[in-house]
This record gives sequence, C-alpha cells and structure tokens, in this order.
Amino acid sequence: MTKSDLIERVAERLSHVSKKDTEIVVNTIFDGMTEALKSGERIEIRGFGSFQVKVREAREGRNPKTGEEVKIPAKLTPFFKVGKELKERIDAAWRRERAADVSAGREGVGRPAGN
Amino acid sequence: MTKAEIVELIYERVGFSKKESSELVETVFDSIKEALVSGEQVKFSGFGNFLVREKNARKGRNPQTGEEIQLEARRVLTFKPSLVLKNELNEKDVSAS
Repeated sequence: MTKSDLIERVAERLSHVSKKDTEIVVNTIFDGMTEALKSGERIEIRGFGSFQVKVREAREGRNPKTGEEVKIPAKLTPFFKVGKELKERIDAAWRRERAADVSAGREGVGRPAGN
Repeated sequence: MTKAEIVELIYERVGFSKKESSELVETVFDSIKEALVSGEQVKFSGFGNFLVREKNARKGRNPQTGEEIQLEARRVLTFKPSLVLKNELNEKDVSAS
C-alpha cells in the first residue's frame, strides 16, 4: 500500500469526503508527524504505535572501497515501536492463516493465494 | 504528539469540523492497520516503509537466567525510515552546530 492507495481507501470509506480533501488530510498528517519528530517530540498513536527520535552516537568507520578510516558523526534517527494491540493482531492473523493452510493441506510456503 | 493533537491539526489546517477531523484521522490509521494485519507492506515515500516480516522459530535464551527457551515462529512489524525523513531530522543539527 502506497500513500495514494491509502488516500483511495480512505476516500472510498468516507463517501462525503472528496479524494482531493482526503489527499490534503493524509499529507497534513505526515507533515505534522515529521514536524513533531524534527522538534524532538515523541509521537504516540494509541492502537498503532509510537515514534521517537534517538541519537546514534558518532563512531569510527571505514570506507569499504578504499579501506580508509572515516569518522561517522552522531545522527538523529527515528525509531518506531509497534503498539501492543497491533503487534498481536499482525501475529494472530498470520497464525490463523497458517493453521488454515495446515488443515487444508496447503503447507507450502509462497503458494499464491486464491485457488 | 497524540492522535488528539493530529485531529486538532486537521481541524486547524484543513478546516474540517472536529468531528470530521476525528473521523478522518481514525479512518486513516484504521486503513493502515488493516493493510498491515493482512500482511501488506505499507510504503509512504518521504516518511518510511512499514514492513511485515515473518520470523522463523529459533532457540533463545532468557538474558536474566541464561535459561534456554524455544521462540515460536511469528510475524512482526518493522519500520524503515526513509532517507528523506532521516535527512530532515539531521538538518537542524547542521545549522545549530
């Protein structure tokens, strides 16, 4: 699913909101979250997860091509922690699929869905 | 930042009513969650990719007791931030230093 797929799915569900408006809303959500992270704020979306910016310490690295030593400066990196509810739903849905496959004798991995 | 603050943002910047803003924000996150639960990868250019990954069963160890435990196969969600987002986070450091 890409951002444009998301916009389409949301617009389909909310028949009173146009696709154009949905697009503005989705972009505003991501812009807002990016701004929050830039200001060092933690984001917590209940039922989904949380985002937090952490510092990656400076370290010594090596250019893999030349073998030359380089200093890698400290960097800020965003981290995501999945919420408990979503974490469980993602795992449980997969376990159910696998159990159904086993009982139907479709244990092979990578088999296309739908028969 | 909480979901309520995101709703407030939509209300202020886009001009939907509070009720509509709340409905929109809920629907956006519900749609993302449903895609992930169904095993879909979710890719937001400029922000990052949410990837659903299958992990094989493996032997683990309780780090506290050293006891060996069997970890079951499971499916997990990971987030890979986009280069654009990572660069944006580090922009202000450059100007500040």
